[in-house]
Amino acid sequence: MLAWTIYISFLGAAAVMAVPRENARPARWIALLCALAGFGITLAAAMQYRAGELMTVADARWIPQLGIEYHLAIDGISLTLLLLTGIAAIAGILFSWNIERRVQEFFALYLALIGGVYGVFLSFDLFLLFIFYEIAIIPKYFLIAIWGSTRREYAAMKLALYSFVGSAMVLAGMIAAFVTAGATTMNLAELARYPFPVHFQMWAFPLVFVGFAILAGLWPFHTWAPTGHVAAPTAASMLLAGVVMKLGAYGCLRVAMMLFPQGLDPWGFHVLGFGSWRDVFALMALIGILYGATVALVQKDFKFVIGYSSVSHMGFVLLGLMTLNLIGLDGAVLQMFSHGVIAGLLFAVVGRMIYDRTHTRNLNELETMRLSRSLPFAAVTFIVAAMASIGLPGFSGFIAELQILIGAWRAFPAFAMLAGVGILVGIAFTWRALQKAFFGEAAPAAEAHPLPPVTLPEKLGALLLMTATLVIGLYPRLLVDLILPSLNSPLFAGLHKAVWR
Amino acid sequence: MSGAPWITLLTLLPLAGGVAALITRSARAARWISAAFGGAALLLTIALWHSFSPASGILQFQERHAWLPALGLEYHVGADGLGLLMLALSAIVVLMSIAASWKNEEHGALYYALVLFLEAGLFGTFTALNFVHWFLFWELSLIPAFFLVRLWGGPARARAATQFFLYTMVGSVALLLAFLLLFLATGSFDFIDLAGLARNGQLSGLLAQNLHWPGWSGDEIAALICCGAFLGFAVKVPVVPFHTWLPSAYAEAPSSTTMLLTGAMSKMGLYGFLRVLLPIFPAQMQHLQTPLLWLAVASIVLPAFAAWAQTDLKRIFAYSSINHLGYCLLGICAVLRVTGANTALAAEKAAAMNGVLLQMFNHGLTAAALFWFVALLERRSGGLRGLDDFGGLRKAAPVFCGLMGIALFSSLGLPGLNGFPGEFLIFKGSFPLTPRAASISVLGLLMTAVFLLTILQKVFSGPLSERWAAFPDLTTAERALLLPALALMLVLGVYPQLILSLVNGTALQLVSQLRF
Amino acid sequence: MSGVSYFALLRLTLPQIALALGAFLTLTLDLTVLRRRAQSTRFLAGALTACCGCVAAMLLLACASGQQTLFDGMMVANPLTRLIQMALAAFAILAVLLSVSSQFTRHVGEYLSLILFATVAMMFLAGTQNLLLIFISLEFLSLSLYILTGFSKRSRASAEAALKYFLFGGMSAGFLLFGMSLLYGLTGSINLMQIAAALGGPALDPLLLAAIVMVVIGFGFKVAAAPFHLWAPDAYQGAPTPSAAFIASSSKIASFFIFAQVMMLGLAGAAGSAGWQSYSSGWVMVIAIVAAVSMLLGNLAAIAQTSVRRLLAYSAIGHAGYMLLGLAAHTQQSLEALIYYVLTYALAAMGAFGVLGALEAEGVDELKSLGGLSRRAPVLSFCMFVFLLSLAGIPPLAGFFGKFYVFVEAFRAGSGELLWLVLLAIATSAVSLYYYLRVLKQIYVVQPEADAAEAIHTPLLHRAVLCVMAALVVLLGCAPHLLLQWIGQAMR
Repeated sequence: MLAWTIYISFLGAAAVMAVPRENARPARWIALLCALAGFGITLAAAMQYRAGELMTVADARWIPQLGIEYHLAIDGISLTLLLLTGIAAIAGILFSWNIERRVQEFFALYLALIGGVYGVFLSFDLFLLFIFYEIAIIPKYFLIAIWGSTRREYAAMKLALYSFVGSAMVLAGMIAAFVTAGATTMNLAELARYPFPVHFQMWAFPLVFVGFAILAGLWPFHTWAPTGHVAAPTAASMLLAGVVMKLGAYGCLRVAMMLFPQGLDPWGFHVLGFGSWRDVFALMALIGILYGATVALVQKDFKFVIGYSSVSHMGFVLLGLMTLNLIGLDGAVLQMFSHGVIAGLLFAVVGRMIYDRTHTRNLNELETMRLSRSLPFAAVTFIVAAMASIGLPGFSGFIAELQILIGAWRAFPAFAMLAGVGILVGIAFTWRALQKAFFGEAAPAAEAHPLPPVTLPEKLGALLLMTATLVIGLYPRLLVDLILPSLNSPLFAGLHKAVWR
Repeated sequence: MSGAPWITLLTLLPLAGGVAALITRSARAARWISAAFGGAALLLTIALWHSFSPASGILQFQERHAWLPALGLEYHVGADGLGLLMLALSAIVVLMSIAASWKNEEHGALYYALVLFLEAGLFGTFTALNFVHWFLFWELSLIPAFFLVRLWGGPARARAATQFFLYTMVGSVALLLAFLLLFLATGSFDFIDLAGLARNGQLSGLLAQNLHWPGWSGDEIAALICCGAFLGFAVKVPVVPFHTWLPSAYAEAPSSTTMLLTGAMSKMGLYGFLRVLLPIFPAQMQHLQTPLLWLAVASIVLPAFAAWAQTDLKRIFAYSSINHLGYCLLGICAVLRVTGANTALAAEKAAAMNGVLLQMFNHGLTAAALFWFVALLERRSGGLRGLDDFGGLRKAAPVFCGLMGIALFSSLGLPGLNGFPGEFLIFKGSFPLTPRAASISVLGLLMTAVFLLTILQKVFSGPLSERWAAFPDLTTAERALLLPALALMLVLGVYPQLILSLVNGTALQLVSQLRF
Repeated sequence: MSGVSYFALLRLTLPQIALALGAFLTLTLDLTVLRRRAQSTRFLAGALTACCGCVAAMLLLACASGQQTLFDGMMVANPLTRLIQMALAAFAILAVLLSVSSQFTRHVGEYLSLILFATVAMMFLAGTQNLLLIFISLEFLSLSLYILTGFSKRSRASAEAALKYFLFGGMSAGFLLFGMSLLYGLTGSINLMQIAAALGGPALDPLLLAAIVMVVIGFGFKVAAAPFHLWAPDAYQGAPTPSAAFIASSSKIASFFIFAQVMMLGLAGAAGSAGWQSYSSGWVMVIAIVAAVSMLLGNLAAIAQTSVRRLLAYSAIGHAGYMLLGLAAHTQQSLEALIYYVLTYALAAMGAFGVLGALEAEGVDELKSLGGLSRRAPVLSFCMFVFLLSLAGIPPLAGFFGKFYVFVEAFRAGSGELLWLVLLAIATSAVSLYYYLRVLKQIYVVQPEADAAEAIHTPLLHRAVLCVMAALVVLLGCAPHLLLQWIGQAMR
């Protein structure tokens, strides 16, 4: 049944294209229904799912010559991200209700992207996973290039090329793993069981990890993220930050770390103080956290603030992955969900609620508009999102970042301290943006036009996302009970054996 | 009153009220809703008080549920005398604040919703026994407070609110880090469990063993953690070098909000001292006793002088608020004194601790009342509240001046009013335990008298200027609203046993943990 | 050696004969009956007869079975050659159908029959293991292609391209012939199997190396591999679009197949190795170098192009590099991968040129003139989208699986000795997305210019053919096992 999330999305994309050009309304509704159906199916599956098991959704022979199968399966980790995808998809559509130009194409590309994302999270065959991973690239490009703003073509191309370079690295690692394991299967579980030689893992791991991590915004390969997020139309930035970056992080965990756990082992020698790939990537993640937060602190463009904050928050995910202990990994997966929802909310406020009405994202100009008066709903939404984003308790970000910090503390205490500093800077830039955008005291430059009020779809979308972050923040067991048993499952046995602490 | 999760209900009550107030969107309805929910919360607190058995002073009404077992997180709430006292204070102060802003047309539905959210945060903070959700409520109370200041404050509200937020946030982060370290070492976030570990002397061992800090002994780590936590609470109280956010925040906030800030929120810091620092870090606090003592003295004396130098009524009361809470700190420091086998001194400790608890409640009540009067004054004067702006108001508004006089004298510590018993008990306990510090602190008492009397003189007496000839006196409604609060002040002044009977058991328990 | 069995020869060459008959019939019909009819009628009728010829050839190929060798390897028929020949006939059909609506010539019969003759030549090329016949049919093919390139008599570019193609082709023929003669001199045979047998020694004669280099140069020209690619951009740009489509697809299939035959059958003993730091001389190394140069040059030069056809030409050079990678791996499976790749590549390339052909009337060649095409011709745009992304290797399109399979097999061959080349290939294919996206950006993102906003009408047939091709690209990408099964069966 879960496989239908993919099919519904792609069929929906086709159906949307069939809607006549003159009347765009059905396109929106079809897209919304598809997204709702996808989320509904995922929820239903989550109800039936028994913690810790690997639930096969579909398994069929596909390319027998290469032992490639059409194999869809879920565990708690993928289920978490599938839920996120469902939520983000619905919210994104609600926030793009006002798109008037080339509506059919927009929603078709949107649904195609969603379908690809569902596919990645559902795939349990490496080849299949890679296919869905790449399917997601092209819609991203067009969504940004056609409906974007600031330097959209440049940003879209940058994003596409970064993604493609990343996936090229993944492809190389994937082929190498496939051939080394005897070229008979691409099944992730079987590959995870295969004892790859250590020296092979030592080069395959960084290759695949970086390949995926590019999409997760790993410093210094993050530069696509701010420009991409800024240029993208609201729904696309929501998906980009909310879901697509998670594809990268998910790939890091599911492919790089699951298949090549020994790539994280110590090298046996030290270069510049680094003793293993783990140290290297942990440092990169940390730099991402600090760098993203610091740069966000000085941005003039509201969306750039959020864009860089994504880099910073994704740094936490990667740091959590590198802790290699249960709590850190759990935190990383939870942070993927949490950031997905929160980033979506932030981009929704900035891109849709504010930019579409004021046509500016310059914080200095917004300062003169007193948006807390004219758009109180936007202000409330942003405050909630900001609180969640800086990791206040009660929101999902807290419980996720807390776990990551604890995990990081056990693995690299100094890094945990610095990551804490990153949180502080995060508070600072969120604070600054909040102050400037909503509570500006500067004298109004000109007689302000009354801004159109926040519409119902926007409110629904915002409420959906806020509910998600609050529910998980207040009752994290909902997800943690899914994630933890899966991290303990035999799939990650290699990781346990190698460096688990 | 057993069985039902009363404490959780109590916390949820204002939260629900806040949501309801938000939904109505009408200021009038929101006012009534907030009053209703605030009142209901007070009634529930009184009911809890009644079913509380004060003799043992241990935690009661406990609720404990697994929240995130993977992390050892639990939802754990409960209340002892201290907690109940604070609940009652919060409920009363919130009601007073709502009453004080009753006729204020600027305050829309959002205002009342935020007040109720703040109340929920206070309730949660005063009942939580697991760090994580305690911290949740700790922050939850900060955010409405911030917006109350930010949105309805005076001309310099942006700066004041930011300063307020940043200071407390830094404190919060210090707290968070401290507890993270504790968790990493012990695997627990639970206050009670941690206190148990500390009592058994296992805490520093666990810290040394599980944190592996080269070159640090367990006690040193514990001291560091204690300092971090201290910072978090000290900012909130505030203790003197960390107090600079307070005068501007109190002054810029609308007076009804200042009532909440000083009446209830400042108690959160002291509550933290009593609930967290003393039980979990008794030895460390004992080591830090001397510097703490001087900080306490500084918090008593310096603000008193500073208050004298102010001309803005709100700033005066703000500084006096620091001064009054300084007495509590003094009492706590006195309790930390090594007494060995001297039973007489141990009894003094109990007296001081009782005094601290009493003072916390009474200061909350008095300070809230004072700011209420400032609010009334401001409404009549069109926002003016300078010491030199008025004069001779006694003639124009005798009832107003009379009632405000009661509050002022209570703040001054006049026997017969509620300000007196707490300060008396604290000094009674402190003099034998820390004679030098206590004697210097008396200077604070003196200065308090000076500046409060100055207010009496400059505002109420003297020639009545033309401008204030038509100064309206209190209306009947205002009198009716003020009356219960003032009555309570009188009752507590005469019959402090009302509270002492409730908290004595808890005070003894707190003291008994500190066997030096 | 037994006497010549003309009946066997006839049976073996029946498909070619059918095709040739079809070509003659097309020519005659056009020159006699249809002479005075409208151009479109002539094209339709000609295409019909030409297609009949192709279909007949395909049917004959489908009915044949078993393995046959005639005249000492002069004529070979086995399932693999039949598969290739069928594919060639199929591509001929597509090429004919795609040229139906073109306007560049009045000599319909000649044009269509030339396509068929070229196909006949390619079918011979595919069905031989004899150096002499290889050379002859290659020349026959080239001659037809030169004419096809220069067929647009009113266009100077076309003539120039044809001349360039001819000169370079002639030179390459010289190299090839020289290489072949060296091979003959070394082994005393022109049969690939016998050459392989004669070469079976560990030591590599320097003369043999020279022969290898010559042969590689010769074929390198044919498959447009760098640095022997110089004719390709001009020919692709100057030639009439249907001719370019044909050159880019069919001739690639035939050339690569015979290139692989010569190398893997004839020079099997002289393969050597191209492992990083562990190379030993042999043809694999030569091909690996050519492949590396092609990938780099093709993909990098394509970035700078402003003409879509030149861009496609350079991308073809890059693709030749990937295919050479499959050849360098020289295993049975890599040949399978190579065939899959070349077939799907040919499909996508022909499709891309087909789309350009439909736009020919609009004068579209520069990248800029594609601006806003998606609103002027949504169907064509979508087909172009599919073809280009397949060329770029985006799943789930056929091009992706082709690349993947080639890379896997190249990696697998010789226990990873070609790893460096595979990595280079993957890296350059990441680069390639850039220029394909540039084209797609023009089509989908850029607003149409004010003076070119009206919709473009394309004949239904043309659109239908393109749609079928696009559907095939998608289908082969989603279900590559269908074609793989076929190729696998043919090779066993």
